[in-house]
Amino acid sequence: MSNVPDDLLYSEEHEYVRKIDDDLIEIGITDYAQGELGDIVFVSLPKVGEEFDQGQVFGTIEAVKAVSELFSPASGEVTEVNGAIDADPAVVNTDPYGDGWMVRIRLSAPGELEALLNSEAYSQHIGE
Amino acid sequence: MATTTEETGRSSSAHSGSDGATPAPRGDGRFVDRHIGPREDDVRQMLDAMGYDSLDSLIDTLVPENIRDRRPLDLPPARSEQEVIAALQRMASQNTVFKTYIGMGYSDCFTPPVIQRNILENPGWYTAYTPYQAEIAQGRLEALLNFQTMVSDLTGLEVANASLLDEATAAAEAMTLSHAVSTSDAHRYLIDAGCHPQTIAVVETRAEARGIEVVVAPPATFEFDASVFGALVQYPSTEGKIEDFRAVCDRAHAVGALVTAATDLLALALLVPPGEWGADIAVGNSQRFGVPLGYGGPHAAFFATRDDYKRQIPGRIIGVSKDRSGQPALRMALQTREQHIRRDKATSNICTAQVLLAVIASMYGVYHGPEGIRRIAERVHRLAARFAEGVKQLGYEVAHAVFFDTVAIDVPAGQVPKIVAAARERNMNLREVTATRLGVAFDETTTETDLSDLLAAFALGRPADVDLTDVPMRIPAAQRRTTSYLTHPVFHRYRSETEMLRYLKQLEAKDLSLTAAMIPLGSCTMKLNATAEMVPITWAGFGGLHPFAPREQAQGYTELFRDLEAQLAEITGFDAVSLQPNAGSQGEFCGLLTIRAYHRARGEPGRITCLIPQSAHGTNPASAVMAGMTVVPVATDAGGNIDMQDLQAKAEKHRETLGALMVTYPSTHGVFEAGIRQVCEIIHANGGQVYMDGANLNAQVGLCRPGDIGADVCHLNLHKTFCIPHGGGGPGMGPIAVASHLAPYLPDHPVVPLGREAPCGTVSAAPWGSPSILPISWAYLALMGPDGLTEATRIAILNANYIAHRIKEHFPLLYSGTAGLIGHECILDTRPFKKSAGVDVEDVAKRLIDFSFHPPTVSFPVPGTLMVEPTESEPKRELDRFCDAMIAIRQEIREIEEGRAEPGNNILSYAPHTIADVISDTWDRPYSRERAGYPSAETREHKVWPAVGRIDRAYGDRHLICSCPPLEAYGEV
Repeated sequence: MSNVPDDLLYSEEHEYVRKIDDDLIEIGITDYAQGELGDIVFVSLPKVGEEFDQGQVFGTIEAVKAVSELFSPASGEVTEVNGAIDADPAVVNTDPYGDGWMVRIRLSAPGELEALLNSEAYSQHIGE
Repeated sequence: MATTTEETGRSSSAHSGSDGATPAPRGDGRFVDRHIGPREDDVRQMLDAMGYDSLDSLIDTLVPENIRDRRPLDLPPARSEQEVIAALQRMASQNTVFKTYIGMGYSDCFTPPVIQRNILENPGWYTAYTPYQAEIAQGRLEALLNFQTMVSDLTGLEVANASLLDEATAAAEAMTLSHAVSTSDAHRYLIDAGCHPQTIAVVETRAEARGIEVVVAPPATFEFDASVFGALVQYPSTEGKIEDFRAVCDRAHAVGALVTAATDLLALALLVPPGEWGADIAVGNSQRFGVPLGYGGPHAAFFATRDDYKRQIPGRIIGVSKDRSGQPALRMALQTREQHIRRDKATSNICTAQVLLAVIASMYGVYHGPEGIRRIAERVHRLAARFAEGVKQLGYEVAHAVFFDTVAIDVPAGQVPKIVAAARERNMNLREVTATRLGVAFDETTTETDLSDLLAAFALGRPADVDLTDVPMRIPAAQRRTTSYLTHPVFHRYRSETEMLRYLKQLEAKDLSLTAAMIPLGSCTMKLNATAEMVPITWAGFGGLHPFAPREQAQGYTELFRDLEAQLAEITGFDAVSLQPNAGSQGEFCGLLTIRAYHRARGEPGRITCLIPQSAHGTNPASAVMAGMTVVPVATDAGGNIDMQDLQAKAEKHRETLGALMVTYPSTHGVFEAGIRQVCEIIHANGGQVYMDGANLNAQVGLCRPGDIGADVCHLNLHKTFCIPHGGGGPGMGPIAVASHLAPYLPDHPVVPLGREAPCGTVSAAPWGSPSILPISWAYLALMGPDGLTEATRIAILNANYIAHRIKEHFPLLYSGTAGLIGHECILDTRPFKKSAGVDVEDVAKRLIDFSFHPPTVSFPVPGTLMVEPTESEPKRELDRFCDAMIAIRQEIREIEEGRAEPGNNILSYAPHTIADVISDTWDRPYSRERAGYPSAETREHKVWPAVGRIDRAYGDRHLICSCPPLEAYGEV
């Protein structure tokens, strides 16, 4: 069973959203997603200041056997990028909700978060 | 079923031309019996086991009647090995080998005999496959790591790949990389007018398809603005000129554009390397490091770049990782970047390298070492400098003051033909640059006598009295290299031939090639590469010609090309063939360009939608995007077949823009789809053309033809169906065959015009791709004859079905067609064992190594499965050994399922077992050493042990190291 914390929001593309304050969120990939991908070897992340619309690709994640795109669960501007992933991409496998976070985004349309899934809906989405 | 079928009739009539009295196609001592593995008794036993009374009835049941071609192939009857070698000797003798001074990226050289015999002519090296199974490929992986280290050192850039097809396509890949990493929407690429013309043509073709605008100009006039994402310069230029590009790099970098240097490894032994003057990428041809000219190829191109772009490098990269025990171990790194994963998002469709040629070039570096390379470079340069001084004293003007090995000479109007003729009289070819300029390029093989002959030619009958004492070097101090290269011990240790020989043999012994066992890689067709087919490739008559030598000196090649083209056209049912594409992927790109050119010529430039079944190889969508097309996937059903309803719907939906369908036949899943004719009809009815991927042609030859089925173009992997060896991961050849309406659009060449009416462009550096390996395919066709070729196809199908028949009770067979039969390959499903025993496909593959097999193709086309293609060349005994191994492995899985072995701590999870594992003083495994190392009786007789244990794939990708690590790191491995 994958870990699906109650206090987070989720996209159907397996990104999670942690609300830091009203218009600032932290984004990463879910425990389920890292499990499906297997050993993650590289994550390509945007630079601070780049802006993305909801659903737009903001990076790619490479595992030994697969590569996947990262979709922004909400629109906004990148305020911080987790540089630790570059040095040790495995952290996304070992601690996806903690040290494996990817970017922080200042929301331009906070209302968009309402379209995301809660933990129960996401668990259903992944069939668990 | 009775044997008096049309097939039998066809056999007797077809070879009545050779020895009309013998109706039986087998057993009369001809080559077909050497090529095909199973004896006639074996065939009978295999058919009995499967419940068929004849091979005819098996084939008739399998191949849909509506595509069957029962007419005999119209090819010359089979000839003996002696006759074929004699015929090729005659062809080789019709090629006239002159000393070449043409240059343009190709230089004559000496292949050190110890390398020629022990690598180029050695099946232990040339019959291996791409090193997907790293544990049994450490030898060539080390040779390739040496290649990467050598290229990285000489170019002064941090990361190099394991080679590309040729310099021109490497330059095109550099453009694509520059475009991909550009953060702006810049669309313009600048090319140095001093680049080789073939490079410019190939890059322009690639650019045009992607909507990139190319500007060709002298670098000093390059205008860098926001519209420019990159530039390509040639260092030294095609005329030999050495320019200082530091300022060009500064201007490029100021607008965020990347600079690529097309360069020459030997020149870089003396010149400041591109990485030191600011280039971001370096590409070039490593041919002059010991690889014969071969009238254009095959050679290994190189590609090096800065660390920042290592994840965008096209092609294969070898990286250092570690094995289970923590020992350093090599593997192909970053495979997720490949097109078969990224499909239409891939930036390159390159699947392969030129491994055999890269290995030769790297061993040339090992053989000579840095002092030797520098000595050769200095000698070549001094010859050029003295020649320049000589022609100056003869009254000519030397066009460029600073050069390495190539001198451009300006001569008065009207004298070019005279000097060229005078050189020809002395068996020398010069380069005619313009009506008043000649080029003379020196190389390792040039002698003092040659220098005198050249000056005599330029003297035009006058006495060539020149004083060539104390001629200075022509490279100013500011452009001379000061940094060291080839400092790694591997380039210093093997200077005596005894040591060199042993090094080559040590590496060879680590690898599993066809000399040891079957390599049943699905989709790869690892058949016999017969010695008689291989012998001619190192003859000077094929190896010694420069690609741009005058056509009249290549009459043997001209005959070979014409003959081969005609035979390939007959086999595919098409009208015209282009031998230019150097790999299957290049054939795909070229075929789609031909289709686009056809649509454009008909006033339908908007036909750029390309339908591709979801089950297609990932190279298909990558090639389509490269050709400027938009990919629309077509659904495939549970059997891997094209969903006809979806195809119909998509074709109609896109009928205004439908350009092409790409389809593999038999399907990627190894099934003869009965609806293939209808598929072609639907596409044609909606205005599109059908591109047939020839990867699986080995199941068609002599039974059906792409042209008859309804395709318009197909490529042929000469390295699969037509016996060019895989070389450990290249060379290959991917010619395309087309129907007559597409013939005018086949590619042409800027230096050697091929006379196409409306060419789609140029796709390879050399006009006919890699000519020196074409005698292999020609010899195969000549040796087999029409009956033999058909028989090979039938036995390939029999062998695959026999394996499927024996294994299907033990491993689920993923797909099958009519009557439960498959084509020439089968897919075995290992996914159920993940749940039942915690065993995945890797475990099964690695355990097969313990049985001394190369595993089948892993996880293609379906993740978690093995695709097995035995080919016709494998004897029944080897097929049975394989089936027995698979059944034994199934038994080992059952032990886990039944609780007699522990999930994750069993004989599969620790496979493959090295000698070090099983003789270790400590043994704490829950199974015996004997079962680990000698799992079958045959392995006691003969076995290729893996050089390292299972390799940690993630470690290598997370910590990418692509050049030789310090020697200590190798330890005792």
